[in-house]
Amino acid sequence: MAAQVSAVPEPVLATRELGKRFGGVVALEALTLAVAPNEILGLIGPNGSGKTTFFNVVTGIYPADGGAVTFDGRDITRLAPQGVYRAGIARTFQRSRLSLPLSIFDNIMVGNHKRLTQGLWFNLFRRRAFRREFEESYARARELVAVFDPPLADRMFEAVEGLPMIDRRRIEICRALISRPKLLLLDEPSAGMTHDETTQLMDDILQVKDSLADLTIIIIEHEMGVIERITDRCAVLNFGRKICEGSYQEVAADPLVQEAYLGLE
Amino acid sequence: MQPKTGERPSLWPGLLGIAGVAVYLIVFLMIESQVGVAVLLVGGAAAVVLAARFGALERMRTSFAGREGSMDIAVPAAVLALVLVFHQDHFTLLLVATVMIFMTASLGLTVQFGFAGVLNFAGAAFLGIGCYTAAVLTKNTGLSHLLVILAGGVMAALIGGLLLYPVLRTRGHYSAVITIAFTLLFKTFLEVNDALGGPQGLRVDGLNLFGWAFNDNIALTETVELSFYTNYVLASLVLVCLGFAFLRRLDRSWIGLNMDAVRLDETASACFGYNISRWQITAFTVGNFLIGMAGALYAMMLGFIAPTNFTFGDSLILVSIVLLGGIGNPWGIAVATTIVIVLPEKLQMIQEYRFLLYAAMVILILLFRPRGLLPRPLRAYFPGWQPK
Ligand SMILES: Nc1ncnc2c1ncn2[C@@H]1O[C@H](COP(=O)(O)OP(=O)(O)O)[C@@H](O)[C@H]1O
Ligand SMILES: [Mg+2]
Repeated sequence: MAAQVSAVPEPVLATRELGKRFGGVVALEALTLAVAPNEILGLIGPNGSGKTTFFNVVTGIYPADGGAVTFDGRDITRLAPQGVYRAGIARTFQRSRLSLPLSIFDNIMVGNHKRLTQGLWFNLFRRRAFRREFEESYARARELVAVFDPPLADRMFEAVEGLPMIDRRRIEICRALISRPKLLLLDEPSAGMTHDETTQLMDDILQVKDSLADLTIIIIEHEMGVIERITDRCAVLNFGRKICEGSYQEVAADPLVQEAYLGLE
Repeated sequence: MQPKTGERPSLWPGLLGIAGVAVYLIVFLMIESQVGVAVLLVGGAAAVVLAARFGALERMRTSFAGREGSMDIAVPAAVLALVLVFHQDHFTLLLVATVMIFMTASLGLTVQFGFAGVLNFAGAAFLGIGCYTAAVLTKNTGLSHLLVILAGGVMAALIGGLLLYPVLRTRGHYSAVITIAFTLLFKTFLEVNDALGGPQGLRVDGLNLFGWAFNDNIALTETVELSFYTNYVLASLVLVCLGFAFLRRLDRSWIGLNMDAVRLDETASACFGYNISRWQITAFTVGNFLIGMAGALYAMMLGFIAPTNFTFGDSLILVSIVLLGGIGNPWGIAVATTIVIVLPEKLQMIQEYRFLLYAAMVILILLFRPRGLLPRPLRAYFPGWQPK
């Protein structure tokens, strides 16, 4: 797993001197980061170090104050979230953002937006074609959910609000994956789960990644065991700055990192 | 719970429910004495509570969900039965047609608010636009009345387009305030506009479709005559059924899902490529179109319209129907409209306090049953569909 990629020739995602401040708070400071194709990058750092903000700026929820983001060789710094998604980046949210009154299937289809036919005429009157699209989408969504939890795949038309947190996290990841993004951003996917559930979720993520030809993942995660096991490389943030980058072993041994964690926890 | 493959839920609970409601409504509409009305109301409420207590409502719901095709025939059939019973009673038939016209308008509001989350407190204004369009077109042109009804919808949709920019630019309560302002403005505009009859209002020609004059009584035999309002009941029944079918199609498509997604979480839907205003605009336009068509038919039925028909209070009635019925559920709209329109007509003592009554109903519903009398079910794109 630990394919060492220190010099990245053609990164999938690259940020240069990325900055973001909220009033007086500097959430990201001159962050330069490159993510290689097909790697799993762990983004770690104490609470409030800017990890979520990094995702929010990359996905266009917040405009960057300075710097640039390049995805797939294309400048996406100024793109709105819609454009970022269409370019091939999908994400999950730290605080789960599923639509609770909707079914599992509906929630996953939200993530499939760019692959579904959106014309009014098609949707209202070409019901046979719509049905084909619906059945295909159902089959794909079901297959994806089954990787994470086969019993859940038999409950696709149940409301999400009745499900436990682990299932919600799984569905959120499926929602992000269904459109076949090139880059998946996972913001603390195991938050609120037990140790065993976390282990299982990570296995599932690895399994999905293996089954998809071209998928790069950035994962924000607190549990160091998880980081060690699934990431190829890590970047550590503290007060919005990257203080260290490298394999888990390198990062864990770094005195700055130890200080950042000890100093705050 | 969900039936297993091949096992269809029974028709009977649904049919019995429809028959029960029809009989109840017939008695309710017939009875004149205020005491009788009050007794019936208490009796009806008790029956609903008992039916809920013993699972009868749940069985009706299953039956409605699983045997949709049959229910879609049974409910209009019950309306026709009602018409037969009251075939000479102008007042009651006018009331029945009014209920169905307001249902159609509320369906429009459901697309806007229930589906896409766009608050519209200008329902009465859009209804009014439909009405005045019909008045002007029937008076000044020889346009086929079918097209006049369509034109009512188109005008409402177009004028709604003017509101779109400020409504979508502002968030939440502010956009609601804009629609309120529009309602007030609309009424004032009518009052000062002499070409539109000013405060006195306008006469509107009766509906005439291909030589079928809706304002003539229907002579069945030498002795039996149907009230001319029968015509309007039929026309409004057709309109509400079309609206119903349209709403369902919309709900059971990606468009319905898009509107839900946009209403429930703008940030998440933006991160999955949703053009949020596109779906809000679609919902607002389509909703106003339905409201405007309902208005055009309403005007032709009333024969006379004036600015006082389109007050902010009337907008509130439409909104309270949507809240009461079950936000986003067309069957809920049917039930709520019937309650909201019929009740004050029969209970004369509350006529003056009708807004108080609506307000109380809405508050009680929001407190104790926030999803409405008939909560919206989960989306089934193809009812009865089973994965292979
Ligand atoms: N929308 C916002 N408005 C104001 N401050 C914010 C906002 N989002 C994040 N911040 C601030 O930016 C800093 C980084 O936050 P965040 O990116 O959420 O950290 P992390 O995800 O690493 O825990 C924190 O100090 C936080 O308070
Ligand atoms: Mg965070």
